[in-house]
Amino acid sequence: MPFKHKNRMPPVVGRLLYSIAAIALSLVTAAVVMLIAGYAPVKAFGAMLNGAFGSANAVANTLSKSIPLMFTGFAFAVANKAGIFNIGGEGQLYLGALASTVVALALNGLPRIIVLPAAILAGMIAGGFIGGLIGFIKARLRINEVIVAIMLNYIVSLFTSYVVNGPMKAAGSMTAQSEAIAGTYLFTKVIPKSQLTTALYLGIGFAVLIYFLFRSTRIGFNIRAVGENPEAARPAGINIPLTTIGVMTFSGMLAGMAGVTEVLGKYGRFIDGFSPGFGFTGIAVAVLGANNPFGILLTSLLFGALEAGSMKMSYVANVSTNMVMVIQGLVILFVATPEIVGQLIARRGEKSDG
Amino acid sequence: MRGITKRFGGMTANDRIDFQVEKGEIHCLLGENGAGKSTLMKVLFGLYRPEEGNVEINGQPIGQMSPRLAYQLGIGMVHQHFMLVNNLTCLENIILGNEPGSAGVIDKKAARRLVQELSEQYRFDLDLDAPIRELSVGMKQRVEILKTLYRGAQIIILDEPTAVLTPIEAEQLLAILRGMRTQGKTIIFITHKLKETLDVADRITILRGGKSVALLGAAQASPEELARLMVGRDIAFEIEKPPRGQGDVVLRVEDVRLLPNAQATVTFDVHAGEIFGIAGVEGNGQQQLEEIIMGIGRSRTGKLLYRNADLMEVPPRARRDLHFAYIPSDRLKQALLSGFSLEDNYLLGNQYDAQYVRRGIVQKRYLKTCTQRMMREFDVRAVDSLQSAGSLSGGNQQKFVLAREVGKDPPFVLACQPVRGLDIGAIRYIHSVLLRLRGEGAAILLISAELTDIFQLSDTVGVLYKGEMMDIRKAEDFDTQTISLLMAGKKGEEPHAVQA
Amino acid sequence: MDNLQYIFSFNIVLTTLRFAIPLALAAVGATICERSGIINLGVEGMMLIGAFGGVLGTHMSGSPWFGVLFSILCGGAMGLIHAVLSIRFKTNQTVSGVGINILAQGLTVVLARVVWHTDGISGTVAQLPNVSVPLLKDIPVIGALFADQSPFLYLMLLIVFAAWFVMYRTKAGLRLRAIGDHPQAASTAGIDVKKYRYLAVVICGMLCGMAGAYLSIVQNNLFVNNMVAGRGFMALAANIFGGWNPLGSFLASLLFALAQAIRINLSLPIPDQFVQMVPYALTLLVLIGVGRKAKAPEASGEPID
Repeated sequence: MPFKHKNRMPPVVGRLLYSIAAIALSLVTAAVVMLIAGYAPVKAFGAMLNGAFGSANAVANTLSKSIPLMFTGFAFAVANKAGIFNIGGEGQLYLGALASTVVALALNGLPRIIVLPAAILAGMIAGGFIGGLIGFIKARLRINEVIVAIMLNYIVSLFTSYVVNGPMKAAGSMTAQSEAIAGTYLFTKVIPKSQLTTALYLGIGFAVLIYFLFRSTRIGFNIRAVGENPEAARPAGINIPLTTIGVMTFSGMLAGMAGVTEVLGKYGRFIDGFSPGFGFTGIAVAVLGANNPFGILLTSLLFGALEAGSMKMSYVANVSTNMVMVIQGLVILFVATPEIVGQLIARRGEKSDG
Repeated sequence: MRGITKRFGGMTANDRIDFQVEKGEIHCLLGENGAGKSTLMKVLFGLYRPEEGNVEINGQPIGQMSPRLAYQLGIGMVHQHFMLVNNLTCLENIILGNEPGSAGVIDKKAARRLVQELSEQYRFDLDLDAPIRELSVGMKQRVEILKTLYRGAQIIILDEPTAVLTPIEAEQLLAILRGMRTQGKTIIFITHKLKETLDVADRITILRGGKSVALLGAAQASPEELARLMVGRDIAFEIEKPPRGQGDVVLRVEDVRLLPNAQATVTFDVHAGEIFGIAGVEGNGQQQLEEIIMGIGRSRTGKLLYRNADLMEVPPRARRDLHFAYIPSDRLKQALLSGFSLEDNYLLGNQYDAQYVRRGIVQKRYLKTCTQRMMREFDVRAVDSLQSAGSLSGGNQQKFVLAREVGKDPPFVLACQPVRGLDIGAIRYIHSVLLRLRGEGAAILLISAELTDIFQLSDTVGVLYKGEMMDIRKAEDFDTQTISLLMAGKKGEEPHAVQA
Repeated sequence: MDNLQYIFSFNIVLTTLRFAIPLALAAVGATICERSGIINLGVEGMMLIGAFGGVLGTHMSGSPWFGVLFSILCGGAMGLIHAVLSIRFKTNQTVSGVGINILAQGLTVVLARVVWHTDGISGTVAQLPNVSVPLLKDIPVIGALFADQSPFLYLMLLIVFAAWFVMYRTKAGLRLRAIGDHPQAASTAGIDVKKYRYLAVVICGMLCGMAGAYLSIVQNNLFVNNMVAGRGFMALAANIFGGWNPLGSFLASLLFALAQAIRINLSLPIPDQFVQMVPYALTLLVLIGVGRKAKAPEASGEPID
């Protein structure tokens, strides 16, 4: 990375510049695709912007859509600090969602002050369990975490699907969903009649926590050291298997929270297949946000805006809502390839000198 | 090869070397680590391009050498690190890239026939269908040699081939090489070991410090003569240090097996206020010793006693808690986090120390002050304490590692190749620090391939060869000849074991 | 037909083979790609692009055979993108695979809207017709294998065999196997590592494209959003479960397909989702059981300069 040795600029700023370049490239490419397909990119992007930020309700929508992405983004970023790829976010969030639903329904009748924290905790523990399992398999059995995570994603989401289609299915319901959780146990709505809840504050709170963890604690230091150079971490006294399992557990807990916020915030129940791939989109959010918690807040906002604005764009410019996925995919490809972005920046720099 | 000069950055690895080999002979290229032997052969094989000089094969000058051209000219090289594919069989590895057959299909029968013929001709005795991963090191080496023969090599270069072999395997290899010589092949054998050289060479070229210092015929060579030429008379036995005050035994390595095929185990003591230097060519067990002492490696036998507590099965963290100082042989890989700031790097190894981390929280201000103070004290040149460790020069990196490790008043110091790749100024500084620690009562174990290092600093010296401690004596009891003989594998006449 | 009767009828063989076709094609593609040392998580996306390409091609030309060709082209193009990113630009292969999947899902629906003005579903097109082999179809019992089957069945078997042959009997195959394990050794032996890797990934894309076409224009006659439904990942699992070789991938695909066949045609007391879990659970168990001895290519995921 060009800023490492010479420049005094903190590396995070450099990485965020990359990210901005990657976003710009993706939007340009998407615009080209739209042109070829016969759409009007300017009209489409304008509509998207409107749909995302054009009114109080739009903003609320954008923010609420960014919440689960924040958490899956945190999950991937935290594990990545230790050099681990946690692509099991999908399974972890499903189990977290299920666990919090079970607890909220089981403790029905008890005061909110007990039930809500208990449900959140349950969700975190469930997600953490899957994450820790992946970490254990990696640390003790030396098996690559990517394949394990993919398998677990399917196993867990099929399991939760079974539960909500069978034992936990709401009586008399046509769709596969659980009973509704009592309203008192849900996150409070920040803007009434919107889907935006206080879960947003939880997200911001976790961002601060994660930032503090990596900047100022020994645990955070150990994790970063393992990610940077495990061979130097060992003689320094760091227990690598323990760190691996610990980080993956924490990462799983964060992904589990994504499920919790959807259940206790947006839907008020567990609905089969509620996640449109949050676990995977979270990867894009994290990489784009340079694995920095505040960067992730920004990028999850961006992706939330894309989602929120997509309906308006579809309505106004007749572009399919899936164009958002095209942009997301392009962003991932561009941002994971620093060389492409780097070369383009370098070339632009040369042109301005010449 | 005439007048070959090869430089890497500021370092001259080969300095106007003339080297010639006759057809059908076994020619040994002898020298210590860093003498330039591998480099010279890599120039011959076309992996490196020399700054000056030229190469002639059979009287024909060669312009630009490359591995492919080398093979066409009949030169093959067997590297120290095998280029073998684990999940393929011997046969498959040998024919890879040169498979017989037409239309893309491999003619298995022809392949087997060709390779089998070669194998029998040179008495290799290989099971062609065995997967590589199941083979012993000696067998793998034969596959590598057979590869070069299959490609028609007439001149075969072997780079430290016996480094990884058991004594029996080494004998077998030498027998095979003699057989190849009978068949008319020419062999160039890079080594630092005297015994083999004397056993098998027809002629010997000795390199030292990048220069060619002698060319001898087998008849003229004696172990003493070779050792003298390899090492030279450059060792300054500076014993201008204050007499050692020999304190208690701080660290005792007892009965530890460093290498799987070592003939014996290793036992020695390091006392407080003493520098114990371990000399020896790299690759003779130093890495393993380093790892065992720091808790990263283990030995199946023996004990590692720190003031009577056995640390053998104890994880690395214990050493940190005991305030061991560790200067590893590869500072970038083992001591530094190159992308992190110097402050962060100062914390590495110190994270469990209550001064720097209280209740899990890093005391950043204190850390910064300490880092800056240590950087001043140890003259680490950097912009500030936030600069990334990877961007420092080698000398400054080493000084930084020293500052970090030694700043905590360690009772025991493990310094491995501490001055490798450093300039004179840095070397003198690091030596002075080590001597100061010695004066303050620390027990220091110094592992170095540089004899000047060893003899300028050590009170007691041991020599490692093939995982065995050849001899241990007071530094002043060694002379050039004895030490070079020991380093090259020949035990001296008067066995002297100094263990207080 | 009751359970027991079904299990012992020849029908189950036929159903299994039919379900296995897309899995085996993609799994063999994955085998080739992974053996060259390139991780490809984008198999799912490449199959999806192939499925769409098949429908689009048929729509444009009226001929499903052209549709198949077009799907191979589309899959290959996706493969080329992954190859360029992984080899030339040294992108992180895991992340790039995820990106390809998301991109594919988006692109296919967007383009479907462009062409058919619908949301997530294409218009119907001609299907690839089945064939019957004249004499063989009259053999009792096994004759059903040759009566009214999709040509894809025979193509699949041919490809599996061809892949096995190339991998174990030809120079290219030997070199491929060497590259995934120890690219430096291959390079020292004079092999152009990059060229082989490019080829491997593009071929994988083409096979995945073909697999996708089976789902859209053979089994059905249209494209539906996300119609691959996880089969790409199942193909990856089949490759692992089968031990990174074409024959193993084929057999694993059969096994996973059998699970699917049983699930659909039998009324078992086991909940549906658990049967669906079988391929993934089995693969996970195999991975854990075999552990470090698993013969994955040793240089997987490492770029070469």
